[in-house]
Amino acid sequence: MAPILDIKHLYKNYGSTEILKDINVTIEKGDFLVLVGPSGCGKSTLLNCIAGLEEITSGSIEIDGRDMTHVSPKDRDIAMVFQSYALYPTMSVAKNITFGMKVRGIPQEEQDRKLSEVAKQLQIEQLLKRRPGQLSGGQRQRVAMGRALVRDPALFLFDEPLSNLDAKLRVEMRSEIKKLHHRLGASMVYVTHDQIEAMTLATKIVVMKGGVIQQIGTPSEIYNHPANTFVADFMGSPPMNLIPARAHSEGNGTKLEIDREGLEPIFLNVPRKDLPGEVVVGVRPEDLAEAGYRSGDTVQRAAIRVDMVEPAGADTFVTTHMGGKMITARLHAETVAHPGEMLDLEFDLEKVTFFEPASGQRI
Amino acid sequence: MTDATLTQTGREPRSAGALIGRRLLRWGLYALLCLFALYYLLPLFVMLTTSLKSLEEIRTGSLVALPREVTFDAWGKAWSGACTGIQCEGLRPFFWNSVMMAVPGVLLSTLIGALNGYIFAQWRFRGANLFFAFLLFGCFIPFQVVLLPMARMLGIFGLAGTIPGLIFVHTIYGLGFTTLFFRNYYVTIPHELVRAAKIDGAGFFRIFWSIFLPLSLPIAVVTIIWQFTQIWNDFLFGVSFSSAGSQPITVALNNIVNSTTGVKEYNVDMAAAIIAGLPTLFVYIVAGKYFIRGLTAGSVKG
Amino acid sequence: MTDWLSRHVPKIVLAPTFVAVLLFVYGFIAWTAWVSLTRSKLLPRYEIDGLIQYERLFASPRWDTALSNLFVFGALFIGISMILGLMLAIFLDQKIRIEGALRTIYLYPMALSMIVTGTAWKWILNPGLGIQAMVQGWGFESFTFDWLINPDMALYAIVMAAVWQASGFVMALFLAGLRSVDGEIIKAAQVDGIPTWRVYTAIIIPSMAPIFLSAFIVLAHLAIKSFDLVIALTGGGPGYATDLPATYMYAMAFSRGDLGQAASSAMIMMLVVFTIVVPYLYSELRAKND
Repeated sequence: MAPILDIKHLYKNYGSTEILKDINVTIEKGDFLVLVGPSGCGKSTLLNCIAGLEEITSGSIEIDGRDMTHVSPKDRDIAMVFQSYALYPTMSVAKNITFGMKVRGIPQEEQDRKLSEVAKQLQIEQLLKRRPGQLSGGQRQRVAMGRALVRDPALFLFDEPLSNLDAKLRVEMRSEIKKLHHRLGASMVYVTHDQIEAMTLATKIVVMKGGVIQQIGTPSEIYNHPANTFVADFMGSPPMNLIPARAHSEGNGTKLEIDREGLEPIFLNVPRKDLPGEVVVGVRPEDLAEAGYRSGDTVQRAAIRVDMVEPAGADTFVTTHMGGKMITARLHAETVAHPGEMLDLEFDLEKVTFFEPASGQRI
Repeated sequence: MTDATLTQTGREPRSAGALIGRRLLRWGLYALLCLFALYYLLPLFVMLTTSLKSLEEIRTGSLVALPREVTFDAWGKAWSGACTGIQCEGLRPFFWNSVMMAVPGVLLSTLIGALNGYIFAQWRFRGANLFFAFLLFGCFIPFQVVLLPMARMLGIFGLAGTIPGLIFVHTIYGLGFTTLFFRNYYVTIPHELVRAAKIDGAGFFRIFWSIFLPLSLPIAVVTIIWQFTQIWNDFLFGVSFSSAGSQPITVALNNIVNSTTGVKEYNVDMAAAIIAGLPTLFVYIVAGKYFIRGLTAGSVKG
Repeated sequence: MTDWLSRHVPKIVLAPTFVAVLLFVYGFIAWTAWVSLTRSKLLPRYEIDGLIQYERLFASPRWDTALSNLFVFGALFIGISMILGLMLAIFLDQKIRIEGALRTIYLYPMALSMIVTGTAWKWILNPGLGIQAMVQGWGFESFTFDWLINPDMALYAIVMAAVWQASGFVMALFLAGLRSVDGEIIKAAQVDGIPTWRVYTAIIIPSMAPIFLSAFIVLAHLAIKSFDLVIALTGGGPGYATDLPATYMYAMAFSRGDLGQAASSAMIMMLVVFTIVVPYLYSELRAKND
């Protein structure tokens, strides 16, 4: 079966500025692809290119097996939900949802049938006669989704659809979108700058920066095996600790030496022989634990000096300095720690990642 | 609304003297403002009272006195009997000339301006900015610089001295402002609306008709009022491009006032002036908010 | 084909305006510029003959009067309208109860045609029947107010009528400006105990610089285009005492049959507008693009 979306060697320039460079992405039917990255990374431009709202400079876009590179948006068999929802302000909710069908000359009965079906699905039946101006943010969001759903397209496109909602509603709508995806089995491309949204929704994540794809993978691949320091830093909250260290070959493995200001260096042993003399060690905050909670070959203990303690309800974050960087450990809520005092930590190096200091690439 | 007022700023005065001083200041302020109101109202008052007096009373009475005997003779004569040069038909034919010139001129320039503004705001293309700047500059040229060639061109196309010719001229030179108004209004509407409609399958005109036009009432009112005032009050194009039968009311008024034949009838002049000013004054009074918005939009924002 | 069409619809719709502007604004300016370099009289001639028309223009005492009138008229009209407008705006900003009514009264002249304004003021300033006659009728026999027929003063009569017409508009601009100043800044100043007049001179008025600029541009533009008012009020007289470039141009074009002079005077007007408006438009458009 042909992939539902197949982008090959896509380039996009504005004048002489390259916005997107050599983008190659493929998704299968039922995939939930999330494009994530900081603002200005080109993720929204890429989505607009997929929608046909922006022309691409070179490369090709196939949707559901058909070449859509030069096809106008209305013929691409897509639907899109926008950040501002883009509801037509002078039309009622019902008219907003049926406008596309009306333009396409779909018979009135068919329009009515689809409208009531979608309205029921999204629980907006009581809103159909209202104007967008009379709706709350969450209701607008539903109407915008309704407008997309009646299209029944090959591919749904979402452009930061939750960024205008307050935090609580955002979480609610997020799980609704996820449910919708499961129920419809639809294929979706979703743009966000929020890495939590990306992790929770995606079956496949594309991390972008400066118009270049940094990594494509499942959420767990991206989280556990970031391709470079940018991805490591961007995905996860608090982000992965990136600690500069010197590597000394020793026996079957390598001894890492991490400098500290005013304290003895920390030494950690890892069973790898392929490391260069200088490395960046990537450790997730949850892999720094209080002494006594972890066990196994990969766990090593070291005393650190506590800089700051931030209780956050479920967890307590403790920060310290090593290798010239601020390091965060995610500890249990009951942890007792005081700034300036020493604390024993266990480094769980099972999932440790090494990066090359100059290029930032994973080793 | 600023909170800086003479009465409320700084420390509250405690002594009775200061309190009286403040009150006096306040009364002075009101008196001054009302004095200025008189200054602005005086000409209108004088026009109105003079138009209601007989010639005899004008000669003997005072400028600001109310008429002893109200007579509408002057109004009747101004409307249908006053002489503009050799004709003595009053302002009536010229009033209708102005209406026939202003209505199509306003509608055409507003409609085209709406489409242009829609394009400049929502369908940007390479060079659009430059063209917009050129269009905008066209708003500011002194029309004297196009007077001669326009007169010749209207002559060549047989439009010289006709109302269609005037409609054409007003439409062309009104486009800059009407486009500017609509563009500045549409530019505040998010681009995502057009994108959503494109994905819904709507095209250029469909989007304009179904989405943008229904949104445009406020700016359309502003534009129509602005254009109507401009065209109705125009004198330069009227006097340059019209002939005896097609003159707009401003030109006819000027002819009545400056006609040298016979006795000078000031009451008729004043009645004629009020008639000529009445339509725009009426618009100002019923839709002053939109009128002011147009004035400020037409001048403040480039 | 239809795809090409739908992609280019915006340009196609804009094309008539583009052509019209190109032709009727810039083409016509070019035509006028061309004719201003020829010896055209009643009919246009197209042989370029250098700057002869401009030499004639600047040798003409009537043009000399017209141009210096423009500067005197412009300076007074702009200056007085701005001061009056700002003053009224500040006064109206003091929580005046009848503000709406006053604003309506101050601004209505702007809705009138300058021909109507001119007719009214011509009557009021008429020495035999207007203000002069009225005051004399009150017993002040020696009172004279004959600006309209006095060649030295007639220009000021025009300034008076023009200020009457436009100052309310300037007031509206400034009032909008005063109201748009951030209220928190003013509150902060009040908390600091700064007196009201200082709040205006040190905070509010300086922050309205762009509005001063727009008011200046609009008024300058009105001044240069002033034609109707002069025609209605004085017809350029007594003699040529109140001629402005606009009336000079009109006289040359339509009564003297001297197209060369008309074209060259129009070009000078254009030049004056150019020097004022272009830097303004440029800065406005630039500011927008930033």
